[in-house]
Amino acid sequence: MVLGTYKEALSARATDSKIQKVAQDGGIASALLIHALEEGIIEGAVVAGDPNDDWAPYPQVATNADEVLQAAGTKYSMSPNVFGIKEAARQFGLEKIGTVVVPCQMQGIRKAQAYPFSIRFIGDKIKLLIGIFCMENFPMASLDTFSEAMMDSSLNDVKKMDIGKGKFRINTTDGTKDIPLKKTHGYEQSGCNICNDYVAEWSDVSTGSVGSPDGWSTVLTRTDNGVDLFTSAVDVGLIETKPIEEVKPGLPLLEKLAKGKKDKSKKEIERRTKMGIPTPVLY
Amino acid sequence: MFSRIKKALSGPNEPEKEEKKPVEEKPQETSSPTKPRVGYIHLSGCSGDGMSLTENYDILDVVLMDMVDIVYGQTLVDRWDMPEMDLCLIEGSVCLQDEHSIKELMEAREKSQLVCAFGSCAVNGCFTTYARGGQQAQPQQESFVPISQLIKVDLALPGCPVSPEMIANTVIALTEGNMTYLQPAIDLANCTTACGCDLLNNVIRNARCTGCGTCALACQTRALNMIEGRPHLNNARCIKCGCCSTSCPRMWLPVNQIKENTGL
Repeated sequence: MVLGTYKEALSARATDSKIQKVAQDGGIASALLIHALEEGIIEGAVVAGDPNDDWAPYPQVATNADEVLQAAGTKYSMSPNVFGIKEAARQFGLEKIGTVVVPCQMQGIRKAQAYPFSIRFIGDKIKLLIGIFCMENFPMASLDTFSEAMMDSSLNDVKKMDIGKGKFRINTTDGTKDIPLKKTHGYEQSGCNICNDYVAEWSDVSTGSVGSPDGWSTVLTRTDNGVDLFTSAVDVGLIETKPIEEVKPGLPLLEKLAKGKKDKSKKEIERRTKMGIPTPVLY
Repeated sequence: MFSRIKKALSGPNEPEKEEKKPVEEKPQETSSPTKPRVGYIHLSGCSGDGMSLTENYDILDVVLMDMVDIVYGQTLVDRWDMPEMDLCLIEGSVCLQDEHSIKELMEAREKSQLVCAFGSCAVNGCFTTYARGGQQAQPQQESFVPISQLIKVDLALPGCPVSPEMIANTVIALTEGNMTYLQPAIDLANCTTACGCDLLNNVIRNARCTGCGTCALACQTRALNMIEGRPHLNNARCIKCGCCSTSCPRMWLPVNQIKENTGL
């Protein structure tokens, strides 16, 4: 249960080279959004774009494949996509909204759907929730520190950021540079340390790189809607899959990291409670 | 009706519940005795919560017509004397210089098994907190307090206004005696202050914020913007409804309810 409830676990990637080129890993989030848009399952999606091209993400509403691709690729700072849903519903007037969010945001959305105190006529418009694996998130100043102070590169020159195999990596105009993840510890935002969800347990479909080979993503289908959309994307040839048992490192690594996050957050919550610092009340 | 909830709320006061039970079957009630009798009282508020209750019949017709009897309420029921109620929804804060409001509030407490502070004005004062009197036609009316300052409140539904969906969820949970769903609203009953500052004091300052943006989604007046991954409060726009911190998943998280809703 460290991965939450899921129907199927797979390794997968988008078959379209246009998606592969811009995607972080297998391009699953982009492919699913594009497919959902084309099928009319959603009218628009709230995605983490990079409007100023400076790695500071901000929610954008994408209503076609080009806009989805523009926002492809992971940004390692906070994009308040839950807030973006307001723009999608009120400014864009969308009746069917999808979004790609990290686990804490998934919790916010699911809470808003269950207890919509002031959030009127939003919950039922959310038709697709893609969750991405997330260990922690960094303020922009932390990313700046990694890039400028630790790797001697201006953020402006960074083409891609990636975390994997124990390293924080940047691709810049003059090549690839990395620092061990150990050096990034302590630079994450503090709220992440009490989060126990690595794999977005309340999504329709969760996806992320961990468990799959380079260029592929691990996918967990969770709700019936999630299964239907993913199956349909595979059926039309937009996504290709491999059994997760046949890839390295596979689910054991994902489970290890998910459990690690749960254990760590439990310890941190106990530590804070001892100090008299309030932590989320769970019902 | 609501006996399970009343019991959970009042504990040792169970005999009172037994006394009230026969009241439900009084012959003067024209409707089915099994339906909860709901009253609606409007104190000092803008009527927005009442509109939220009544305007969205597409969601609420089943709830309002089939599941409950509305037995009291201006514009809702043609009745002047206050009947016994299973649940009284009270909208608006109460004005300390308005004897009639205070009397109505006290009477409602006496005649209702459950009192619900309905909407942020009743819960915590909301924008009536800014009132300072000196206005026609009642210049002396200057103090507007949350109803829980004068009477015991059983559950609170903040919102400016409370969304129709939330009203429907709550009424259904009440008729079904679903304590799991109601518990957060019961725990909110004693909240008498709220504003965007709660995010600073309770969430960000306590290292809980992850910048998800749910607070800004919940904000009714766009007083919140998200800047560098944190909510940024424009004080001048804040009406002190408390919806931001109430909606924050790091204040409280209804894990069991979400699991039930999603099957995950």
